[in-house]
Amino acid sequence: MMILTCPCCGVTGEETEFHQGGEAHLTRFGPGSSETEFHDYLFSKENPKGVHLERWRHAYGCGKWFIAARNTVTLEVYGTYAAQTTEPPQDIKDTLSAKVPGWSWREFA
Amino acid sequence: MKRYSAFAVARQALNHHMGWERAWASPEPKKKYDAIIIGAGGHGLATAYYLGKNHGLKNVAILEKGWLGGGNTGRNTTIIRSNYLQDASAALYEKSRSLYETLSQDLNYNIMFSPRGVIMLAQTQHEVRGYERTAHANALQGVKTEFISPARVKELCPIINLDGPRYPVLGGLWQARGGTARHDAVAWGFARACSDMGMDVIQQCEVTGIRAENGKVAGVTTNRGDIDCDKLGIVVAGHSGHLADMAGFRLPIESVSLQALVSEPIKPCMDVVVMANTVHGYMSQSDKGEMVIGGGTDGYNNYTQRGSFHHIEETVRALVETFPMVSRLKMLRQWGGIVDVTGDRSPILSKTPLDGCFINCGWGTGGFKATPGSGWGFAELMAKGYSPLTAEFGLDRFHEGRFIDESVAAGVAH
Repeated sequence: MMILTCPCCGVTGEETEFHQGGEAHLTRFGPGSSETEFHDYLFSKENPKGVHLERWRHAYGCGKWFIAARNTVTLEVYGTYAAQTTEPPQDIKDTLSAKVPGWSWREFA
Repeated sequence: MKRYSAFAVARQALNHHMGWERAWASPEPKKKYDAIIIGAGGHGLATAYYLGKNHGLKNVAILEKGWLGGGNTGRNTTIIRSNYLQDASAALYEKSRSLYETLSQDLNYNIMFSPRGVIMLAQTQHEVRGYERTAHANALQGVKTEFISPARVKELCPIINLDGPRYPVLGGLWQARGGTARHDAVAWGFARACSDMGMDVIQQCEVTGIRAENGKVAGVTTNRGDIDCDKLGIVVAGHSGHLADMAGFRLPIESVSLQALVSEPIKPCMDVVVMANTVHGYMSQSDKGEMVIGGGTDGYNNYTQRGSFHHIEETVRALVETFPMVSRLKMLRQWGGIVDVTGDRSPILSKTPLDGCFINCGWGTGGFKATPGSGWGFAELMAKGYSPLTAEFGLDRFHEGRFIDESVAAGVAH
């Protein structure tokens, strides 16, 4: 059972209390963008075997969105952080670098 | 290859069954093949088999990271049906179901296909309408299904509780020619037939890179050396994204764990497959007597082959209200398989941006039933560059917005 800590309300709960909301740090493409950009935004999801950054909602708690850094193989949660950011904060990057040397996820490393 | 038959069993009985030969060879990889298939699961082996049988392409290797049929082929709940809504899917799944009917004879290997019938329960008004629509669509597609009454459901499956605490049974979509097969035997039978045609089934051979020259596939790098090929088929289910990365393109796929469980063996109590999609549980009885139970998918990407614990409770709760006798059963085993899910819940059988490289993936929660049909169509695509069976399932459909939106495949109930 995966345990997550909501950075918005500080509550630590198991996974049934939360709801995953897909890939984090998406750049949205809509009207006016190229077909490839729109296609990639809609369908070409990151599906890594290892470190993954994704959106979660504290569905049965405060109801707010946040971002989790997680391992898709071991289900280890490296940390959670506020959703109001365009890249993972330095302390999360440091934790990832310490635990998974050479990690990379999309443009972040 | 010596044929299996009643006479062979009698002959072997005379010399204490010491004369059975190995079902397939374990060769060393050659330097070059006409075609390489990555992944010796059901779909990969079926592709190789039909490449040889239908298209005369026999200089083929099937590379497997682990052991033969050790992925989702050996982890599914073995249900075979073709009651899909969209024409393209019905054609592909019905081709597959019809191939299953004679597969034991074709392969000279008993895959234990049991067309015992599949009921998909309708437990809400929406489901009633949805399944009536599917039954009508199936009639037009030439797939034999019918919408049946609750009384008929009870007649077909006496252990069912029609008046469940949450959702009463309002009817069901019945496909009499659906059923189950022995999943391992499907992989083993195809592997034996491939080996017999002179193909190399190479286990414990992990592909670590895909080599390309001038935009065309040149070969693969493996833990057992470089192997060259003219054509490459990637058939690796949950790990498709990983392999696509090596080939330099991306897939509209996310991987999740789907779980299943089996009970202790009991006397025969149910001779049909029942799927209850609203409460979410499905069950059939294996020949050994175990109740084979399909569970839920995780709500987040992962590669754990285990699945979240709380899904067991949800699945068992659904089954206890649908089949009250299940409450007295002990569960023996629980496991998960990594399923590759696309946005429209339909598979991808396609050319790729890399010339000569083809991909067969995205079967999500329902690939086993499609094993022979997928192999048939994908082999044609690899051999000729086009197959009417797979034409609609190209990667370009996501660009064009031409989805094969499968409502019956939208849940995990497969």
